[in-house]
Amino acid sequence: MKKLLLSLFALSLFSFITLNGDGDKIPSATVKTLDGSKINSSTFSNNGKPIIISFWATWCKPCKKELDAIAENYTEWQKETGVKLIAISIDDARSSGKVVTDVKSKGWEYEVYIDENQDFKRAMNVNNVPHTFIVDGNGKIVWSHNSYTEGDEEKLYENVKKIAAGEALTH
Amino acid sequence: MLKKHNRSSLTATFLILLFLATYQYQAQTDMGSVHGNFQIDAQYYNPDSLIGAPKVPEKMLSNAFGNINYQRGKFSAGVRYEAYNNVMQGFDSRYKGQGIANRFARYQDQLLDITVGNIYEQFGSGLLFRTYYEPGLLYDNSLDGIRVISNPFKGITLKALAGKQRSFFTVGPGIVRGIDGEVNINDLFDSLLANLKTKVIIGGSFVSKNQVDADPDFNLPENVGSYGGRINIIRGGFSFFGEYVQKENDPSASNYAFVEGEKYYSYKQGEAAFVSASYATRGISFLLQGKRVDNMSFRSDRDATLQNLLINYLPATTRQHTYLMPAYSPYATQPNGEVGGMAEVQFNFKKGSRIGGKYGMDITINYSQASGLKKIGVSDSTTTSKLYKTKYSEIGDLYYSDFFVEVNKKFSKKFKGTFMYCKQFYDKNIIQFGSPFAGYNNISSHIGVIDLTYKYKNNSALRLEVQGLFRDNKDTLNLGSWASALIEWSPSTNWFIAVLDQYNYGNPVNQLKLHYFLITAGYTKGPHRISMSYGKQRAGIFCVGGVCRNVPASNGLAISITSSF
Repeated sequence: MKKLLLSLFALSLFSFITLNGDGDKIPSATVKTLDGSKINSSTFSNNGKPIIISFWATWCKPCKKELDAIAENYTEWQKETGVKLIAISIDDARSSGKVVTDVKSKGWEYEVYIDENQDFKRAMNVNNVPHTFIVDGNGKIVWSHNSYTEGDEEKLYENVKKIAAGEALTH
Repeated sequence: MLKKHNRSSLTATFLILLFLATYQYQAQTDMGSVHGNFQIDAQYYNPDSLIGAPKVPEKMLSNAFGNINYQRGKFSAGVRYEAYNNVMQGFDSRYKGQGIANRFARYQDQLLDITVGNIYEQFGSGLLFRTYYEPGLLYDNSLDGIRVISNPFKGITLKALAGKQRSFFTVGPGIVRGIDGEVNINDLFDSLLANLKTKVIIGGSFVSKNQVDADPDFNLPENVGSYGGRINIIRGGFSFFGEYVQKENDPSASNYAFVEGEKYYSYKQGEAAFVSASYATRGISFLLQGKRVDNMSFRSDRDATLQNLLINYLPATTRQHTYLMPAYSPYATQPNGEVGGMAEVQFNFKKGSRIGGKYGMDITINYSQASGLKKIGVSDSTTTSKLYKTKYSEIGDLYYSDFFVEVNKKFSKKFKGTFMYCKQFYDKNIIQFGSPFAGYNNISSHIGVIDLTYKYKNNSALRLEVQGLFRDNKDTLNLGSWASALIEWSPSTNWFIAVLDQYNYGNPVNQLKLHYFLITAGYTKGPHRISMSYGKQRAGIFCVGGVCRNVPASNGLAISITSSF
């Protein structure tokens, strides 16, 4: 009986898999703003312009390299495409106090949230940081990328430009 | 798997919810979305007696898991399947076999957010309660039960939960129950205080565990309650967070004390305090953290050890290192008694400024330290022995200290570097063995790191990392000094290849002055990543996400695949 239930259960989940891929809305999870308020991730928006969501941590060197590299050109990116970057820190209680000092001393002009118990990370199926997503003007996730190597930020921006121009993306 | 009665009844509840949801939604056009991820790590082992790599009878071991999550509107559900055939070296061998290790169903709206199944939750900074999952370390203490979160008014969050914690492929014997409330004063009095610049959030929690006492010798408490409060004050660039908690007496395998060299269960009440204060503005920031912990190991099974069945989380207030050598001897909070803290300053010199030069520069300076408590023995011959008392004004022996400076500098459009120096003190007996009598010497180290990146084309780069770990200590058990070099080449953003050599040149035993060569190659495309490595890996502590585990020495071929969809 238990086996039957389990297989039924597995089937019911798998029946959805073929229906979807990219192109889904941001899942709902509670994250914290830097001043301690709570906000639901499904309310992230940018007035019809693209959004970059970047998962990072204060102890993650490649993550900070990526966010530094983007920071150098962020003003231009914003001017050209209206894109907004939302940086989600997965730091836990040990290092979450450091998020605000890192962000402010580096002068990152991003929207930053803390996902202390990694609710949002799990909902977005992130294995490791850094992991970066692009959300289109309709609020749909259309692209994602795991890890960072030098030059990744340029590829990311090419994709943002395509999205802003209403073109479709390939990975 | 799923043999326990309570586990199968929860699974049944979950299935019913899922079927109901499926039935209801199939009638509609929007079918919701399904996403997931998976990871497979596998290793082929060569025995190598020189570095201490054991013979592995299976030759090949692997850890694998996959998550599938479904979401439609306010409803979500998911399962995680895990397979360890057999579990890789360095992980707890009680992770044996395969099965559905995690499943949940959740309905979420503003007023009511209810979850059944495996729950991850944290109250405050976790001093009383945190369930957490870190796949890289096979760390999962999720609560298998029910959780309700409610926001009855703007600014008020109430949480309640109950269940049993995951323990490998089953659940632990103890029941965990908890409630937590948090008030955001500014949000609550929105109209009055919306323009107030000072933001205040206060919170409080109560958590209890219940476990039957079947011990013939001791009278052990079956219910252990714990409670505490927290406050968060923010104004402009200033931020303060403080939390204080207490726990009723909880004698267990991990709440113990040494009295005259003998190890005893401690019936003392536990307490913990954690404070974090910071000031940050463009270009400069300060961070101060402090912590005091006494008798605060909290588990849902009094016999559990290692990382198993921990109800709470006691964050370490020492610098979290990312490079290999400074992270070689990481510090972990000593729940039996610790006082410590850190101070950190960060400067960011803008590009174009005199110190920053043409491309800018970052400097981080950090000092952290952890010491034991000064325990004064109290003679109490009854079974309610408290064993010792402490004073806030007195500090015990030094366990760990770390002075750290890091400079990040960009020299040109193509060339940048990180330079790091750190000096560490490490009490191996206490930190690794939890006892002053384990027989090791204390370790003092000087560590230097140079990490240079040369980006010779838009998407091609070379990276060189040189590290040295210098120890004056010639203790054969501590392996002496190390030097390491890494060259990493990423010809395109998709590919990388890296060669690492760690050389134990300072080993006091001549034939153990060994090179540990490791070659790694990887390919990334979107959310998919595969990497392979071949060579020797030294024994040591491996940290992911701030949680660390011991990795035994190994020699062989390792493959790792991660993907999400």
